[in-house]
Amino acid sequence: MSFTPHTTADIQQMLKTIGVNSIRDLFDEIPNQLIIEEMKKIPVAITEMEAMRLGKELSSKDHYQLNFIGAGAYEHHIPAAVWDIVGRGEFLTAYTPYQAEASQGTLQLLYEYQTMMANLMALDVSNASLYEGASAVAEAILMAVRANKHAKAKRILMPTTLHPNYRKVVKTIVSQQGIELIEIGFDPHTGRVDQSQLKAHAGSDLTALVIPQPNFFGVIDDIDALTDWAHAQNAFAIAVVNPMAMALLTPPGQWGQKGADIACGEGQSFGVPLASGGPYFGFITCKQEFVRQMPGRIIGQTVDLDGKVGYALTLQAREQHIRRAKATSNICTNQGLLVTAGTIYLSLMGAEGLYRTACQSHANTKFLLEKLTAISGITQAFTGPFFHEVVIRCNKSSSEILKQLSAQGILGGYALDADYPELKNCILVCATETKTASDLNQYVNEMKKII
Amino acid sequence: MNIFERSHPGRNATAQLLQHTADVSDIPAKYLRKAAPVLPEVSELQAVRHYTQLSQKNFSIDTNFYPLGSCTMKYNPRGVHRVAMLPDFLARHPLADLEHSQGYLQCAYELQEILAEVTGMTGVSLVPMAGAQGEFAGVAMIKAYHAARGDHARTEIIVPDAAHGTNPATAVICGYTVKEIPTKDDGDVDLDALRAAVGPQTAGIMLTNPSTLGVFDRGIQEIARIIHAAGGLLYYDGANLNAILGKCRPGDMGFDVMHMNLHKTFATPHGGGGPGSGAIAFNDRVKPFAPIPMVGKQGEQYVWLTEKEVPQTIGKLSCFSGNAGILLRAYFYARILGRKGLHDVGELATLNANYLMVRLAEAGFTLALPERRASHEFIITMTPQAKALGVTAMDFAKRLLDYGYHAPTTYFPLVVPECLLVEPTETESIAELDAFVETMIKIKNEAEKDPQFVKGAPYTLPVRRLDDVKAARELNLRYTTVAH
Repeated sequence: MSFTPHTTADIQQMLKTIGVNSIRDLFDEIPNQLIIEEMKKIPVAITEMEAMRLGKELSSKDHYQLNFIGAGAYEHHIPAAVWDIVGRGEFLTAYTPYQAEASQGTLQLLYEYQTMMANLMALDVSNASLYEGASAVAEAILMAVRANKHAKAKRILMPTTLHPNYRKVVKTIVSQQGIELIEIGFDPHTGRVDQSQLKAHAGSDLTALVIPQPNFFGVIDDIDALTDWAHAQNAFAIAVVNPMAMALLTPPGQWGQKGADIACGEGQSFGVPLASGGPYFGFITCKQEFVRQMPGRIIGQTVDLDGKVGYALTLQAREQHIRRAKATSNICTNQGLLVTAGTIYLSLMGAEGLYRTACQSHANTKFLLEKLTAISGITQAFTGPFFHEVVIRCNKSSSEILKQLSAQGILGGYALDADYPELKNCILVCATETKTASDLNQYVNEMKKII
Repeated sequence: MNIFERSHPGRNATAQLLQHTADVSDIPAKYLRKAAPVLPEVSELQAVRHYTQLSQKNFSIDTNFYPLGSCTMKYNPRGVHRVAMLPDFLARHPLADLEHSQGYLQCAYELQEILAEVTGMTGVSLVPMAGAQGEFAGVAMIKAYHAARGDHARTEIIVPDAAHGTNPATAVICGYTVKEIPTKDDGDVDLDALRAAVGPQTAGIMLTNPSTLGVFDRGIQEIARIIHAAGGLLYYDGANLNAILGKCRPGDMGFDVMHMNLHKTFATPHGGGGPGSGAIAFNDRVKPFAPIPMVGKQGEQYVWLTEKEVPQTIGKLSCFSGNAGILLRAYFYARILGRKGLHDVGELATLNANYLMVRLAEAGFTLALPERRASHEFIITMTPQAKALGVTAMDFAKRLLDYGYHAPTTYFPLVVPECLLVEPTETESIAELDAFVETMIKIKNEAEKDPQFVKGAPYTLPVRRLDDVKAARELNLRYTTVAH
């Protein structure tokens, strides 16, 4: 059952050629006491048919009817062509393009992806992806520390309007390198970064300000003011954005007077299913002057011996396989398969398709918000504009509400109490373009019964 | 032609466009984008044709024998891929409540158990998203272990000179300095050098075993004794786990924490460079520091183990819980193989490598370590050909492409000049191996007759050899038109 083709005759012939009596002899350099005979705790083999049956039985336990959770992973329609093409063996089972001539398919696709992301973010360059959004922010911070020649101390301002899990991941990754993370709170009325807390750090030695847009609450922030403030302190502006939102909102390269220096985030909205949180793909883009500090793989266009256009990994001297201890990062793998899906998705959607999807997601969330806040006991938590996600405040426990909705097969949203104790009974709700009016009304009707 | 060159204003994939553009006038104009981003404008058929044609320019396991050393390019089972893509697995939101997570959590929990058994460890965290992230987690756990003991003198990580580049890179990003020790000519780590290198500053050592040289380090138990006696811990780079799967276990060798490359050993798809999964396993010494979340069981219910249950955790490494879809594939792969199938992996991968090594040696190729058994991979050095004919390992690799073989790993490990690191894996038959040997002989003959010809390879691929210098010097990292 191990997909091995060896017959008994094959094995005999091979042992004879090698000059040993048994396969066991091939392990004679391993100390005897280390050799194990059987791993009893591993279940015995099952057939593919039985595995499919088991998979159906297990996955069906997680079936639900409607999903209204966003919070960093978004349910969008994925055109059928995307995964049909991604599932082709030539994409699925290829590896890292170290032999460029034998990998022109993947390399050209990655070059096109880099172009699309740079255009979407209105910045100069993109890499060929990172693992996912949270670790992308950590890498962006490490990049800012390397690239910001004005800053001496390694101090980063990180608003609590950034996804709580992103902040946790950033802490895990950057605290190993002596980088100071300073929290900036949010305004309880608007849900935006509390700019008065920023002022306290004016004139101090800062490396970067992290600016999410929209932020974790779905709130649209004053990104021009924030970007200009960062630059006035000689700090980098690191944009963390939902790329779907960039079809509609001002892109990071056009924030403030000079534009954000680095833009990063989660690419899952582009052709990648929710799939329990991964695999996804992270993106990172930056101004041209910082390209040599960018982590991860980068693809460049070049020519071959005959002058024909071709693509290859480039600037590899930044990476671990060349620089080893002096590398910009320890990254080896990127998220090739997911980037392939994202690139094909963007090609099928185009700017117009993305725009309509973003608008419909926003409109659905707005509709849901209006109907929910019409119910006595539910209010909108924050004033001001939002995109595609919104926080509602309820008159009873958010976990209790979500539990009752869940019993009806509705994943009603994400309760904020655990991450934000000051946001008691608040739920982050997201309605994407996949929801029909009937879906939205179903949610509202169930909520009416509960409140 | 790239997708932008195929684009034409106004063209789109009409079935994907929502029929109406919803009203977003509640968002003030100052926050809205002024000009639409430049993205492809093609029909659905044009997009499908473009990317299908691109795929046909790739070598892949499905289309080519791919003996890329240290990468374990074994068959990626389609059935496993299909199971992981069942609709209810794909649709599960990472933040779904426990009532809607029992199916996924059961798979993850059982995978944890299987990986613990396979590695000889007492705990597993599935969170790291690639080998490099697994290394980061493991080294960070070692750091936390020493900090918890109040020992702040441990500033150094020892790494053999043959180590994979991610090892020293990881040590540095965890705030350690790296001390390199030599490998002897017979392939084992120099124990005298190791004894001289350890001291109160030693946090630990990072090792692969079998090593990057393709051989089992016979001194491993002594290495473990030396490091532990000095107060350090052992980190195992699991890139070569395929060689010993079902045969011996890193936990038994004395390692304290390790990562696996599930996209190697557990056959999850390589995807053109990811996604991977660097699940880690560890013993009780470092268990308190494991990255979260992990999966636990309370009675009959599966639950997440987070900061509350693992208060000394090094923290989260990804927004959610890692590359879940890859973990599902690894789980179902392990279920289909079962205990005997997993046991066969190490045996047959090693059989294939030793057979190929002996046949190539008989054909006149120079082995780097002729006195040693191959593990699941081995090294041949093209130094004699480079000296006599000017034909290098790179030239051989490029000519192999013309014959439809993806070349073995070239120029790694760095300690063997002009090397090819060859790993056939257990899913290739004797027919493929013999055909590869015949081709290698053919190329060797070509090189002897007409070195310049081999040096000009490849000839039959979509492109000839590419100008890497130009790629780095005249950076062209995105497509732009004059108007842009």
